[in-house]
Amino acid sequence: MAREFTLAELAICAAAEAWRGGGEVLATGIGPLPRIAAGLAKLTFAPEILMTDGEAYLVEEPVPLGPRNGYVPKPSGWMPYGRVFDSVWCGRRHAMVTPVQMDRWAQGNISALGDIRKPKVQLLGVRGYPGNSISHRNSMFVPNHSRRTFIEGEVDVVASVGYSGKRWPDGKPRNVDIGIVVTNLCVMDFKGPDHAARVISLHPGVTFEEVQAETGFPLLRADRIATTPDPTADQLAIIDRLDPTGIRAGVIKGNPPGRRQAA
Amino acid sequence: MNKQMSLAEVVAELHDGMTIGIGGWGPRRKPMALIREILRSGLKDLTLVAYGGPEIGMLCAAGKARRLIYGFVSLDFIPIEPFFRKAREAGGVEASELDEGLLVLGLQAAGHRLPFLPTRIGLGSDVTAFNPGFRTVKSPYDDGETLLAMPALRLDAALIHVSRADRLGNTQTDGPDPYFDALFARAAERCYVTAEEVVDRMDLSYPQGARSNLFERYLVTGVVEAPLGAHPTASHDAYGWDTDHLKEYAALAGAEGGWQKYFETYVGADEAGYLDRVGGAARVRGLPLPVM
Repeated sequence: MAREFTLAELAICAAAEAWRGGGEVLATGIGPLPRIAAGLAKLTFAPEILMTDGEAYLVEEPVPLGPRNGYVPKPSGWMPYGRVFDSVWCGRRHAMVTPVQMDRWAQGNISALGDIRKPKVQLLGVRGYPGNSISHRNSMFVPNHSRRTFIEGEVDVVASVGYSGKRWPDGKPRNVDIGIVVTNLCVMDFKGPDHAARVISLHPGVTFEEVQAETGFPLLRADRIATTPDPTADQLAIIDRLDPTGIRAGVIKGNPPGRRQAA
Repeated sequence: MNKQMSLAEVVAELHDGMTIGIGGWGPRRKPMALIREILRSGLKDLTLVAYGGPEIGMLCAAGKARRLIYGFVSLDFIPIEPFFRKAREAGGVEASELDEGLLVLGLQAAGHRLPFLPTRIGLGSDVTAFNPGFRTVKSPYDDGETLLAMPALRLDAALIHVSRADRLGNTQTDGPDPYFDALFARAAERCYVTAEEVVDRMDLSYPQGARSNLFERYLVTGVVEAPLGAHPTASHDAYGWDTDHLKEYAALAGAEGGWQKYFETYVGADEAGYLDRVGGAARVRGLPLPVM
């Protein structure tokens, strides 16, 4: 019997699944939960994936988050940004990122809110999203599933491309490969008819109707909609090792338990 | 041959309206001593090309920037550069936002004297809205694929911070990642480097460090000795970025007259007293390199 677990820990285990069966690729988890998830994947079912120390070296042992306390990462290879771009452009990478806005076409925005000439809110800029999204598979982690993130219309700035043809020279999107979208409520993908968004698993105690109510565009139910599995004791032990100071507790608002308390 | 110059001599060779590329990456290895000398000068209407850190925010705050061409502008531990954010939200600067990799390709094209390089990056995204002049090109081979033609980003000048240089223009850059300093150097008409240390002859002083030479000396126009000159950014493997200083700087972006206060307190009238104003050379030398 595993110890009690948090929603963040459940989401980490669900997010790790993004890298299952994806082969020997550079796995980049941006942000604490995706990074722990990639480490968990590597230490359990996907030892083949490549990870970095967050700076410029490849490591075979995922580097724990937070203060190193004397731990010195052991480089197995070199991955400066120039080679990160090479990895992106040759397609041998799978990133998990957190868009600020995402739409029904799986387009993502981290650039800005409002008019690009004079944004209401300047965010990060498009960063590597345009190149990533047209070169390799991308999964998403969203800690606050709501209509503010999964918006009704189109994202304010298309940073990562999706299945909309609107901006393409010939109207046809190419090379778009969306993996899974893990949120604080469910796991989704964009593998419905015409790349429609589908719920493939619901976190314990969450209903499809609740997810739909928090999403600005229509969702489909996967053929067999599952309950997101509980973390195992082994997984929880690895998560403790990868995040010894509990940075994951600050990611999902209120750090709720993995199984909802009865109302 | 002696390429050694002073900060003021470099700035005297720059002109209003120039396109200036700046090496480094976010709060890492920025030629800040040279940037401060620009802040103290009358230069204006600059187009700045960078993987931006505090230099971009400062040049915006001081009204030096007309246009920004950037992969990002970030302090890393403060994800959005605060004065950049302020300038953007005021609509005070023209933004040619690029994918990080497109900036590589634009610099590569310029360095190799090509008009453009073909890529898929940017297709389907709003990069083309930020850069309405971008065109596509059709592959002349059987695939016939339509690609984005990333135009060459030619620089009038590049400003780069290195670990060591000699008077001939040879340089060595320590640290785990060369970033794209070499591309900036090659894309530029003239390249000026600031160095932690300047020696007469690299081959006589540091022959064992030749692998950390990132670009040829024929690309280097001028060399300035600027010990600790990357502060408040990091200079591998010597010192880390100054978290406390950058936090104070960031907080000033939200304050009335904040930039003026920063300028008077730290940038000041000349570079000579700068290190004393930020807590002394020993303090800067002891700043730890960040752990990601």
